[in-house]
Amino acid sequence: MKQPEDKAVVVHPAAMEVMGEDARRTFPDECCGFFFGHAGAEREVILARPVENHKDGDKRRRFEISPADYMRAERFAVEQGLDLLGVYHSHPLHPAIPSEHDRAVAMPWFSYIILSVHTDGVREVRSWRLDVDRRFQEEALRTLTSA
Amino acid sequence: MAKLIIPTPLRKFTGDQSTFEGRGATVAALIDELVERHQGVREHLLDADGRLRSFVRVYVGEDDIQALQGTETPVGEGTTVSIIPAIAGGTEHSTP
Repeated sequence: MKQPEDKAVVVHPAAMEVMGEDARRTFPDECCGFFFGHAGAEREVILARPVENHKDGDKRRRFEISPADYMRAERFAVEQGLDLLGVYHSHPLHPAIPSEHDRAVAMPWFSYIILSVHTDGVREVRSWRLDVDRRFQEEALRTLTSA
Repeated sequence: MAKLIIPTPLRKFTGDQSTFEGRGATVAALIDELVERHQGVREHLLDADGRLRSFVRVYVGEDDIQALQGTETPVGEGTTVSIIPAIAGGTEHSTP
């Protein structure tokens, strides 16, 4: 898989813990949320905030974020002086690879972090971003170690 | 002048501007002004027929335009219009 040049995501441990805990707690349904930080040559993810999966019906294979939650996330970013960097969601019992449905509705610029979660916990976390041809390219993802 | 709030993922097409002010009297006219000024936004907001893409929502104030008059909803001085990407996905039809 081609790595987009100078695209990497560095995740603070507290943000990773929030995403991982959300994926484990919501299992076998999909979880979803936003993450915030600074957009530079490397994206620094400082904090993550879960939101409710608003998908009607079976939430094990789909997620949806409400417009109200999206607007709140944009406002929260402004209030905190942070950038809204992207969206995370879980793939219960599936790999952390974006589906065609993920790609079809994805926005440019956002990073999409996917957590593969199983009965024994989170097995894999990967980050993806659309390229100019609207194809997902994987971004290098690194979690900072606790001080 | 109505004010349009640009969502974060589209700001790279607006020179990092988070807002856009236009004279358009309807949502459609305001969006036309936006895509005329910032061409890169077009493909992410509109389909080939110039209609709003299905995964893009537009709110006037706190109301979805689908509950108002759609893209013909009037806007004017002091109106705040928000473009909101519908965020969704999941493992269904998962293919690498």
